[in-house]
Amino acid sequence: MSKRIEVNDLNCFYGKFKAVEDVTMTIEPRSVTAFIGPSGCGKSTFLRTLNRMHEVIPGAYVEGEVLVDGNNLYGPGVDPVNVRRQVGMVFQRPNPFPTMSIKDNVLAGYRLNKQRMKASEAEELLEKSLRSANLWEEVKNRLDKPGSGLSGGQQQRLCIARAIAMQPEVLLMDEPCSALDPISTLAVEDLVQELKETYTIVIVTHNMQQAARVSDETAFFNIAGTGAPGKLIEMGSTEKIFSTPDVQATEDYITGRFG
Amino acid sequence: MTALSTSTTVNPLTAGQLPRYATWVALAGSLLAGGVLDASLLGGFDPGTTLFVGALIYLLVIYLLSRAVEGTRRAADRLATNLVTGAFLLALLPLVSLLWETLSTGLPRFDLQFFSYSMRNVIGAGGGAVHALYGTLIVTGIATVISVPIGLMTAIYLVEYGRGALARGITFFVDVMTGIPSIVAGLFAYALMAIVFGPGTINGFSGSLALSVLMIPIVVRATEELLRIVPNELREASYALGVPKWRTIVSVVLPTSLSGIVSGVILAIARIIGETAPLMIAAGFTNSINTNPFANPMMTLPVFVYDQYAHPGVQREFYTERAWTGALTLIVLVMVLNLIGRFIAARFSPKTGR
Repeated sequence: MSKRIEVNDLNCFYGKFKAVEDVTMTIEPRSVTAFIGPSGCGKSTFLRTLNRMHEVIPGAYVEGEVLVDGNNLYGPGVDPVNVRRQVGMVFQRPNPFPTMSIKDNVLAGYRLNKQRMKASEAEELLEKSLRSANLWEEVKNRLDKPGSGLSGGQQQRLCIARAIAMQPEVLLMDEPCSALDPISTLAVEDLVQELKETYTIVIVTHNMQQAARVSDETAFFNIAGTGAPGKLIEMGSTEKIFSTPDVQATEDYITGRFG
Repeated sequence: MTALSTSTTVNPLTAGQLPRYATWVALAGSLLAGGVLDASLLGGFDPGTTLFVGALIYLLVIYLLSRAVEGTRRAADRLATNLVTGAFLLALLPLVSLLWETLSTGLPRFDLQFFSYSMRNVIGAGGGAVHALYGTLIVTGIATVISVPIGLMTAIYLVEYGRGALARGITFFVDVMTGIPSIVAGLFAYALMAIVFGPGTINGFSGSLALSVLMIPIVVRATEELLRIVPNELREASYALGVPKWRTIVSVVLPTSLSGIVSGVILAIARIIGETAPLMIAAGFTNSINTNPFANPMMTLPVFVYDQYAHPGVQREFYTERAWTGALTLIVLVMVLNLIGRFIAARFSPKTGR
């Protein structure tokens, strides 16, 4: 189910502005990869290129290639809609659909894509997704209530349930805990640990302890200065990056000497 | 120790304050003074002048009083509050007066006969506006059916797809259309019908076309605003689930803004339902019921009001009465539409309950 991602010489642009330069990396299947780095260094921008969400912003485009199990996401004739069905995403701020109930939110991926499914299958998928997102016990009695009535942490787990209901190959998480309190953060982190059994997970975080706690691999991004493009400085196993990084800048960032 | 000392000394955070009754006393005193001034100096007592002069005195008195007791900031606050309240009351005056006048002169004929008779063969007393009511409902209904899809789709294009010169051009021309004098819209519809069906083609559909020209830009503007405030996060959430753009618009963006769009459309209808000039040209006059929008002139309520007022028979009072009742019917119609709109808006608005 999960897949290996290879990125070769990727450049991201917003119009004429080059936001990310020359990223080459390999993300292993069934692992958690964390992106760390100071604000504005292109972590989120880069993450969004992995399911072609980058180009949703007017004027934004990408050069280079992203291979998911050898298939180039940016190859000719690739439909971004098909890409996004395989590579799910959870955003920084919880964004459940306000017009839909909890149930409809979880099944939104199927309903909106007009995939036919039996009522029993839908119930099964609903329960499975909510259970995987550690939300089932809290909402099982109010599945028909609006999703926007949940607390922030619950909403974020609802969004995760919505993303994994599509059974994607890869799950991208863009600072999923930055709007959450420590307890909800813990719930999401536990969830990440469980989900990596089945999915390839890439998580952007500003919280280095979080990166150290949840990830197997860590990639450090940095920028030379304002207006300069962000670059991948170093990538390696989390243990190595947090103990003996190869690059001085990585060590400075992790030990808190800058950023 | 500290608790003791604070309870005995004066709290340094307090400031002078006018007692609550001071404003009412000042208001009553000012009005009294206004009345006296009016009666003695301005030549005879008159409620309007008294209120106006009293209000001016009150503004001044409460400002000076507050300045002396409460300080300049609170005084300025009171002055600004009173000025804004005054402006609101002033703006309310014509509205209340208009409603009062329409109700008091229109109610006597607001009866069953008015809504069951046309003006066919009616001279003097009696008669009704059922032909005009049908006409207004049909003409406005067709105009809505034409305008809403066009306006909605234009707004969707502008917000979701439009980039560059074409979108800027459309925005510009929508702005221009908003400013078109309504009589020009009537002439446009008349000319269009004349070209397509031959000169002198006057019918309800032609009136609907004229109203559409006026309604489309209103719908576009209202819908555009509402689509723009749908958070981008919702669109991205939908894209990230692999939902195509068109389905995202239909299933996520539109439902989220539906309640606003409905009230926008209702407001647009309320705005065009009272249009008179274009309908006089495009839909014409008649005294008979005509429910076929594609043949023969069709009466509408605004035109009925104008016609009753401008072309009265010998017994003028009956015509004037009918004109007022027609006006009242229009107001009631708009009000009912607004209520329906509110109901629908409340029904479809995003739910926040737990």
